[in-house]
Amino acid sequence: MEVVSVTNLKKKYGEFLAVDHISFSIKQGEVFGFLGPNGAGKTSTINMMIGLSRPTGGHIEIFGIDAVKDVKKVQRIIGVVPDENNLYDEMNGFDNLCFCASLYGISKAKREKRAVELLEQFNLTDAGKRPFKTYSKGMKRKLTIAAAIIHDPKILFLDEPTTGIDVESARQIRELILHLKNQGKTIFITTHYIEEAQRVCDRIAFIVKGRIVKIGSVRELLENTEQEHKLKLKVAGSLNELSGELKNHFQNFKLEILDENSLLITSEERVTLSPIIRWLDSKGILVYEAREIKPSLEDVFVKITGSKAAQISGKEKVEM
Amino acid sequence: METAIAFWNILKKDIKNYYLKPPNISWGIIFPLSWTLMQLIRSPNMEIIELLPGLMAMSVLFGTTSMLAVTITFEKRSHSFDRLLLAPISLGILVFAKLSGAVIFGLVNAFVPVVFAAFFTDLSGINWPIVIIAVILIAITSALIGLLIAVSVKEVFEAQTLSNFFRFPMLFLCGLFMPIEHLPAILKPITFCLPLTYGTDALNRAIRGSSIFYPTFNIFITLVFSVLLFCLCQRSIKKNWIL
Repeated sequence: MEVVSVTNLKKKYGEFLAVDHISFSIKQGEVFGFLGPNGAGKTSTINMMIGLSRPTGGHIEIFGIDAVKDVKKVQRIIGVVPDENNLYDEMNGFDNLCFCASLYGISKAKREKRAVELLEQFNLTDAGKRPFKTYSKGMKRKLTIAAAIIHDPKILFLDEPTTGIDVESARQIRELILHLKNQGKTIFITTHYIEEAQRVCDRIAFIVKGRIVKIGSVRELLENTEQEHKLKLKVAGSLNELSGELKNHFQNFKLEILDENSLLITSEERVTLSPIIRWLDSKGILVYEAREIKPSLEDVFVKITGSKAAQISGKEKVEM
Repeated sequence: METAIAFWNILKKDIKNYYLKPPNISWGIIFPLSWTLMQLIRSPNMEIIELLPGLMAMSVLFGTTSMLAVTITFEKRSHSFDRLLLAPISLGILVFAKLSGAVIFGLVNAFVPVVFAAFFTDLSGINWPIVIIAVILIAITSALIGLLIAVSVKEVFEAQTLSNFFRFPMLFLCGLFMPIEHLPAILKPITFCLPLTYGTDALNRAIRGSSIFYPTFNIFITLVFSVLLFCLCQRSIKKNWIL
């Protein structure tokens, strides 16, 4: 069941087109990633969806509610973690959570109970009575996420949730995201960390220069890029002297000697190993490891965004 | 009920986080007190009751315009104001809650000279209901001017600078320092476009027994200013902060 539907969304700041007629949908319980470089239009898109910015054109529907016309209705069922922490420095963690709950009209007893639960869930109980300004970056991020879910929203928007925090805190936040997904929450996440998107997202949209250039599940995106087969061999013995001979003998492969003892074979066809192993063996070189290299989401991203970015800038030049 | 909870907690948070901070408490007491002493030293033969309307109006004006402009600019800079914009409460309620804190602060400011004056003169002849209404209305219009300033600037120091740009001309043109009838003809139309003129005039009538207009007219005009400024503030916030 689709719970978010974005159609032909457009945002212009003066003459600058930040979001260029994008369309996508999100299913219930899905973690949907919005992946793109800085300035691609990720925050502009999220701000329009949460009511902090007005679209120049297009339509947004969240759980059947028009998010452009009925902003306040939508804000009741969404939780937002912006790219910058938005809690109060002078207030302690507990009071910050209680205050955020009060904005949704939650009674004092309920909001205090929920704040205690969330501090415990996010391992912040000990820091609950300390002012927010004394928290580490990772702790601040976690409390901001806790504040965003204090009213038990149906959908959570996370804008660059792990940017600028330490590795351990980032890992904890990713675990929290997956935990929320397991609780049935629908999650929209923007990030420029490819690995993060690959770990937590069910589906991903690549956005470049305000346009969605590719959208699909992680598996679909990877499968579409697996046009080349890559194999890495590790050998005992030096390959440097055999470089020219090797390339002459196996002309149907693209061969690259990575270092003295490792060889990268790239081919459009599936690579048959035995002739290469036999040939190397005849030269006195023993192959002791062969590993197929699967493309990562980063390869997909570079391939897609690189070519599309060029196309978009090319089009702009033509239009000028 | 849910809106009331949100409203009350925003107001409570503002009072606790901003208005009850020691620097602001001292500003709220020292500023009106020093103005009172300054005026008494400058005009030793003047009755303190004669000075009271001006001192009260000035205390409210300075307290409310700067406080609301500074606190909102500060919240915008620290992104915590976005937290409020993301809440499922109407912009009107949000503005009203922020405004209420500044108005309460203004009221406290206004009554510092009154407490001081009570030690030296008899205040029994004052029409207190009119005084309270006038002070509340001056506080509302001043706070809304502060909010308009906050919407137009990005930095806290800009808010303070721009506040002075409005406050000082208003002080000199509203009849506090110089009776309106003595002002040059070219400035008189500006005087009657300032909400402070009507608020001060209402205070003059309630405290000194003399005024240009009837108190009901002054209150009505200040109310109209309040409604207009409230609508203007909401429009400006939507335009400038919900881009």
